[in-house]
Amino acid sequence: MTQQEALFAYCLRRGDDNLILSHRLSEWCGHGPQLEEDIALTNRALDLIGQARNYLQYAGTVEGKQRSEDDLAYLRAERQFMNVKLVEMPNGDYAHTIARCFLYDAWHLPLQQALMNSADEQLAAIAAKAVKEITYQLKTSGDWMIRFGDGTEESHRRAQAALDELWTYTGELFETDEVDAVLVKAGIVPEMGPIKAAFDAKVDAVLNEATLKRPADGFMMTGGRQGKHTEHLGFMLAEMQYLQRAYPGATW
Amino acid sequence: MSENPNNWPLWEVFIQSKRGLDHKHVGSLHAADAQMAIENARDVYTRRQEGQSIWVVPAVAISASQPDDAAMLFDPADDKTYRHPTFYQMPEGAKFI
Repeated sequence: MTQQEALFAYCLRRGDDNLILSHRLSEWCGHGPQLEEDIALTNRALDLIGQARNYLQYAGTVEGKQRSEDDLAYLRAERQFMNVKLVEMPNGDYAHTIARCFLYDAWHLPLQQALMNSADEQLAAIAAKAVKEITYQLKTSGDWMIRFGDGTEESHRRAQAALDELWTYTGELFETDEVDAVLVKAGIVPEMGPIKAAFDAKVDAVLNEATLKRPADGFMMTGGRQGKHTEHLGFMLAEMQYLQRAYPGATW
Repeated sequence: MSENPNNWPLWEVFIQSKRGLDHKHVGSLHAADAQMAIENARDVYTRRQEGQSIWVVPAVAISASQPDDAAMLFDPADDKTYRHPTFYQMPEGAKFI
């Protein structure tokens, strides 16, 4: 695998994680439990799509086949998406939505902080911009985990159930393969070890304050990074890509 | 909406647009506590670079004058022009007042 191929794959992974989670969160638009939460989640979705655009634009440049960010977002099939399964899972209830955001943010922040030191200037610049947004995202999702966990009996039960269900999807966040190996060697992406340590420390601190129990590491889902997804992604893409599929080349 | 007991309390939001300027009232929102009110205010009222500092105040903590009292409270000032500095003539030769 050449460095260029690895960098393209890496940008797709980062872009797809953000794009798919952004679309999931956008499904809450107009359905939030409070007007204020509705706006907050939509802001979060917009932050993520901004980050997705940066990665997909760069992926197109690295690939050098004239594919735009829109081509990559709207004209790839399910098996060509490289996101982790965590982000494609349906929203569930609000505790489920927030727990997913929290687990994602707790991984995303240390990863992007490390990427600020990338030998690739473009990746470093993308990370520098994203880190401020993610810092806030992690703070708010962590605050909500504490509210839910240390809230009422029902909110605690729902938050714990969400964590228990989502935990098996966290393993994928820390998977590494040849793509990572090639890029780590070139100083373009960080080693996963310190990212996992930061994730563990943050998750433990928040769950402890939230009086929630950290699920045991057991069986972990895998496959997303190879384009093998759950049954949920196809339905989501059908909606997300509908317009470009039905009216190819349509623009605003 | 405010009659629903499940609703969070109302907070009034004040945004400072620049350092040194005053915090201006921009609107209100619902939140469970002050921390959440600040976070919600950030998302609702500062999305377009409106501010660099946020104050939130529980709406119940604000006491307001009654509209019905407006005549009694404010109309008497109508004919008291001598309360404006411009009512007075500048003394000859005074440079800084």
